[in-house]
Amino acid sequence: MTPEPRAIPWWRDRRVVPWLVQGGVGLVVLVVIALLLGNLVRNLTAAGLLLSWRWLGQPASFDVAESLIPFDAAMPYWRALLVGLVNSLRAILVGLVGATLLGTAVGMAAYSGNGLVRRLGRVYVELIRNIPLLLQLLFWYFVVFLSFRNGTEALQLPGVVLAKSGLYLAWFAEGWRWQGPELVNGVWQAPWRFSVEFAALLTGLITYTGAFVAEVVRGGIAAVPKGQWEAATSLGLHWGASMRRVVLPQALPVIIPGLNSQYISLAKNSALAVAVGYADLYSVAETTLNQTGRALEVFLLLLGAYLVIDLVISLLMNGLNQLVQIRER
Amino acid sequence: MKAADSLLASLRRELFASRSDGVISVGLLVLIGAAVAGLLRWAFGQAQWVVIQANTTLFALGRYPLEQQWRIWLLVALLAMATGLSWGLLRANPRADRSGVLWPGNDRIAVAVLAFLAAWGPAALGLALPLQLRWWAITALLLILRWASGRWGRRLPAGLLRWVPLIWPLLYLLGMVLISGGLGLIQVPPSEWGGLLLTVLMASFAILASFPIGVLMALGRRSELPLLRWGSVLYIEFIRGAPLITLLFLGQNILGFLLPGGLAPDRVWRAAWVLTFFCGAYVAEAVRAGLASVPGGQQEAARSLGLSVPQALQHVVLPQALRIALPATVGQFISLLQDTTLLSLIGLLELLGTARTVMANPEFLGKNAEVYLTLAVLFWCCCAALGLGSRALERRLDPSNTPA
Amino acid sequence: MVRLRRLLASSPLLLALAIGGCADESGGGGVQSEKMNTIRSRGKLVCGVDGKLPGFSFLGPDGSYSGLDADTCRAVAAALFGDPAKVEYRDLNSSERFAALASGEVDMLARNTTMTLSRDSAGGNGISFGPTTFFDGQGLMAPVASGIRTLKDLAGKPICVESGTTTELNLADRMREQGIAYTPLKFQTGDQTYAAYLGGRCVAVTSDRSQLAAKRSSFPDPAAHVLLPEVMSKEPLTPASVNGDPAWSDAIRWTVFALFQAEELGITKANVAAKLAEAKANPNQADLRRFLGVEGDFGKQLGLPADFVVKVVGAVGNYGEVFERNVGTGSPLRLERAENRQWNKGGLIYSPPFR
Repeated sequence: MTPEPRAIPWWRDRRVVPWLVQGGVGLVVLVVIALLLGNLVRNLTAAGLLLSWRWLGQPASFDVAESLIPFDAAMPYWRALLVGLVNSLRAILVGLVGATLLGTAVGMAAYSGNGLVRRLGRVYVELIRNIPLLLQLLFWYFVVFLSFRNGTEALQLPGVVLAKSGLYLAWFAEGWRWQGPELVNGVWQAPWRFSVEFAALLTGLITYTGAFVAEVVRGGIAAVPKGQWEAATSLGLHWGASMRRVVLPQALPVIIPGLNSQYISLAKNSALAVAVGYADLYSVAETTLNQTGRALEVFLLLLGAYLVIDLVISLLMNGLNQLVQIRER
Repeated sequence: MKAADSLLASLRRELFASRSDGVISVGLLVLIGAAVAGLLRWAFGQAQWVVIQANTTLFALGRYPLEQQWRIWLLVALLAMATGLSWGLLRANPRADRSGVLWPGNDRIAVAVLAFLAAWGPAALGLALPLQLRWWAITALLLILRWASGRWGRRLPAGLLRWVPLIWPLLYLLGMVLISGGLGLIQVPPSEWGGLLLTVLMASFAILASFPIGVLMALGRRSELPLLRWGSVLYIEFIRGAPLITLLFLGQNILGFLLPGGLAPDRVWRAAWVLTFFCGAYVAEAVRAGLASVPGGQQEAARSLGLSVPQALQHVVLPQALRIALPATVGQFISLLQDTTLLSLIGLLELLGTARTVMANPEFLGKNAEVYLTLAVLFWCCCAALGLGSRALERRLDPSNTPA
Repeated sequence: MVRLRRLLASSPLLLALAIGGCADESGGGGVQSEKMNTIRSRGKLVCGVDGKLPGFSFLGPDGSYSGLDADTCRAVAAALFGDPAKVEYRDLNSSERFAALASGEVDMLARNTTMTLSRDSAGGNGISFGPTTFFDGQGLMAPVASGIRTLKDLAGKPICVESGTTTELNLADRMREQGIAYTPLKFQTGDQTYAAYLGGRCVAVTSDRSQLAAKRSSFPDPAAHVLLPEVMSKEPLTPASVNGDPAWSDAIRWTVFALFQAEELGITKANVAAKLAEAKANPNQADLRRFLGVEGDFGKQLGLPADFVVKVVGAVGNYGEVFERNVGTGSPLRLERAENRQWNKGGLIYSPPFR
C-alpha cells in the first residue's frame, strides 16, 4: 500500500473533466440551436416571412377600444402596439398599488385581536389562492360586471356608479369642485370613467395578487421578534400604532424581496387581459400577428416588452430594499 | 355547562374584546350572513345546474370516444385500488407524526368525506344509475383495500413493502397507454382528450417532467463551470421573465417553424412541453433556495468522508435541500395546475376550454355563473388537497419528528 | 418516455417520406406533393375549422362535426382516401388559423375564411385559396329594442367584434369613411364575442351575415335581434391551403369544383351510382364519363384516384345538397341561396370545365 504517485488518467483529472463536460454540453447546445435556427430560416423563407421590421410602419387599419394616447386606424402598427403597452402599464401600475394596499391590510389582519377578522383574512387568502386567476377574471367580467345595468338602474353608491357602460368615479372637476357621477340624457358622466373590461381586469388582478401579498406581509410580520410587540404595547401604543410605527418598519426588509416576485407575477398576469376584452399589449399584439402574419417578430416584441417591465420592477424594488435595510450601528 | 361557559368566554375574548371590536364583529357577521344567505338562495333557487348535469361527460373527458371510455373507468378503478393500498399501508406503518390530525394518524374524517362524496356526488350530478353504481363500486374498492391493507399490511415482509411505492410510476405509464392507446388498444389522438382528463394529464405530466429539469437547472446555476452556470441562468431568467401566455404562443405559432416539417409534436404535447419548461424554471429557483440553505460544511464533511461530488450531492446535500424546497416546489405545482386553464386561450379543450364551448351551446347560453362556480370549486378542492398533502409530507419528512 | 414514443410513432412517417420519392403512391401517379404524401402516410386529413359555428362547422353533443365547412373537409378526405371519415378536425381561433396553416399544424383550412389579397399574396400571409364555397357579406346585428337601424345610430357606442378577422378591419374602414366614432370591443373567440353581446356590453355585434344569422338562430329569443340592412363588405368564404405545394392546392380546388359541377350536371348523392352505371354503359356521354373518371385520367393528373368525383359526391352530395343540408332554407339557419346559386341560375357558383 505504498502511495505510489501514479499519473492520473485524463478522464479522472479534475482539471480536465469539467472542461470536457462543459465543452460537450456546449457543443450539443450549439448544434441543437444551429439546427433549429437553420430550420427556422428555411421554413420562414419558404413561407415568405423572413425577419423584417418594415411592417411596423404600415397603417394598422384596426381600431383599439381604449387608449391614453391618440390613436386611429390610419396610424402605423408600432403606434397600435404602443397603445397596448400604455394600456398594459396602466393596468400594472394601478394593480400594484391596489394589491399592495389590499394585501397589507389582509396581512395585518392576521395579527388582529378580533378572531373574526383574523379568520376572514385567512378564508380570503385560502379561497383566492386556490382558484385559477383566469377563471376569476372570466367570473368577474362575464358574471359580475356584465350583470350591472345602464342608466337609472345602474348600481349607485356614494361617489361611485357601476354600470354596464363603465365604472364612474367622483373626482375634482375644474376649480376643485367635487364632482360626482351624474346621469345626462340617460348616459352616465363623471370625471373619471373606466371601462368594465379594465375594471374587471383590475378587480381580478388585485384580489388575486392581494392574497399572495397578504401572505408575504404576514410572513414579514412573523419574522419580527415578539418582544418588539410587547415593547411597543408596554410603551402604551395601541395596536394600530405599534403595527405602523414599530412592527411594519422592521418587517419591510423581509417583505420587500417577497413583494418583488409578486409584483413581477402581477405584471405578467396582466397579459390575461385578452380574455376579458381589454386592449392590453398582448391583445394588440395578437391582432397585429393576425393582420401581418409576423409571428416571430411579434413574439420577440412581446418578450422584450415584458422582460423590460420585469427588469424595471426588479430594479426599483432592489433600490427600495437598499433603503429599508436596517443598518446596524 | 362548563363547555358553554368556556365557549362564551372565548367568544367574548375573540369577538368582543373592546367596543370597537364588537362593532366590527357585528358588522362583519351581518355582511357574512347576508353574503352566505344570498349565495344559498341563488344556488338552490335561481341557479340552473342542469348545464353541469347535462354535460358531465364533456366536462370529464371532452371528446374522448364513447366506445373507448371503459379504459378511463378501468384507470380510475386501478387508481382507487392503488390509493386504498397505499393509504392502508401508510396507516399500518405510521411515522412519528401522530400529531397530524388528518393524515395518516386519524383518517375517519377522510373516510367520511369520501363516503359522502361517493354517495352524494354522482346523484347530484344526475348520472345514470349504472354510472352511479360504478362510482359506488370504485369507492367501495378503495375503502376495502384501505381497511384490508391497514389491517394486514404490517405482516407483509419488509422487502415486499419497499416495492409498493413502485406501483405509482407503473400505474402512470399504464395510464398513459390506457388513455392514448397502443399495445393492441385503439389509438385515441390527443386532440380527442379533453375536460378534466386533459387538465389532470397536462398538470401531472408537467409536474413530473419539470422536477428533474428544475433540479438540474438549480445545480447548473450553482455550478462552478461558467458555461453551465450561464446557460442555466439564461434559461431560468428567460422563462421567468415572460408571461406564460406568450410562451404558449411561442409553442403554438413558432415551434412549427423551428422543427423540420412533420416532426413537431401534436399541439397538445407542444403545450405540455411548454408548461413543463415553464414550471421547470420556477422549480429550479425553489430548489436553488433549498441548496443555498444547506450549510457548506455538509458538502465538505461528505467529501472528507471520501464521497465523490455526485455522491455527496446525491446522499447528503440534495436530500436536505429538496426537503427544504418542498413547500415552495409544491406551491409551484399548485400554480401550475391553475395555469393549465391558460390552455383554453390557445384553443385546447381542457376544463375551462370545455366550459367555454358548453357555454356557447345555444341550450346553455348565459349559464356562466353555474359553470364558473363549479370549476372554481373543483380547482379549489384539487389545489387545497395538494397543499394539505404537501404539509403532511413536510411533517413526515421533518427530521425532528424522527424517533430517536 | 412520451417523447420517445412519439418519435417511434413518427418513424414510419419518416420512412414514408424517404421512400416517397421512388415509390409510386396509390393513385398519386406522377404527381409530386410533399403535403399529400404526408397526409397519405398519416392516414387522415387534418382540417382546421371553427367548430363553434352552426351551419359551417359545429361540434355536436355526440362529438361529431357538421356544417358546410366540415363537409368541405369531408369531401377532400373522400377524394384522397375514398373515405369521408378520415378527417381529424382542429378547432382554430380566427387569430391562430393562419399560423396553424403556415406551420403545418393543419393541412387545410375550411374555417369560414375570407379570401383577400394580403392573405393570398406571398408577401402577406402567403396562403393559397381554393374556390369560394360561400359568398357572404359583413353585417351588423343589434337588439330590436335598441332602436338601432343604421350605422349612424352606432355613433359613440361599443360594438363587439372577433379579433383577427377581416370584419374587424372592415368595421374600422366603414366607420372611418363615415366619420363615426365608436368603441370596438374585441374578443379572441366567437363565443366570448357573442357572450359579451348577449350580456349587453355592446349595442351591436358585427360579423359575416351568415354567421350572424347562424348565431341568432341559436339565441334564446331570435326575434329580439335584427340584422341591419347595411352590407359592409364582400366576404368570399374560401377553403385554403399552404402556398408552395401547387399539387395539393389543385387537389382541393378541383374537389370543390367537383361539388359545383355535380350540381350543374344533376348528380346527387342518391343517384351518383346510377349515373356512374349510365356513364359506363353509354360511351357517347363523354362529359359525364370524363367527370366520373370512367374515361381519361383527370384523377391521376391531380394525384387523386381516378373515380374521386364519385367518392366525393357519394360522400357528401353535390354543392346544392351540402348547402341545403347545412345552411339552406330547410336548416335552422334558413338562408336563401342568393349569390350562392349556380351561375346559370343567376348566382356566382361556377365550375370551370372538367376537361
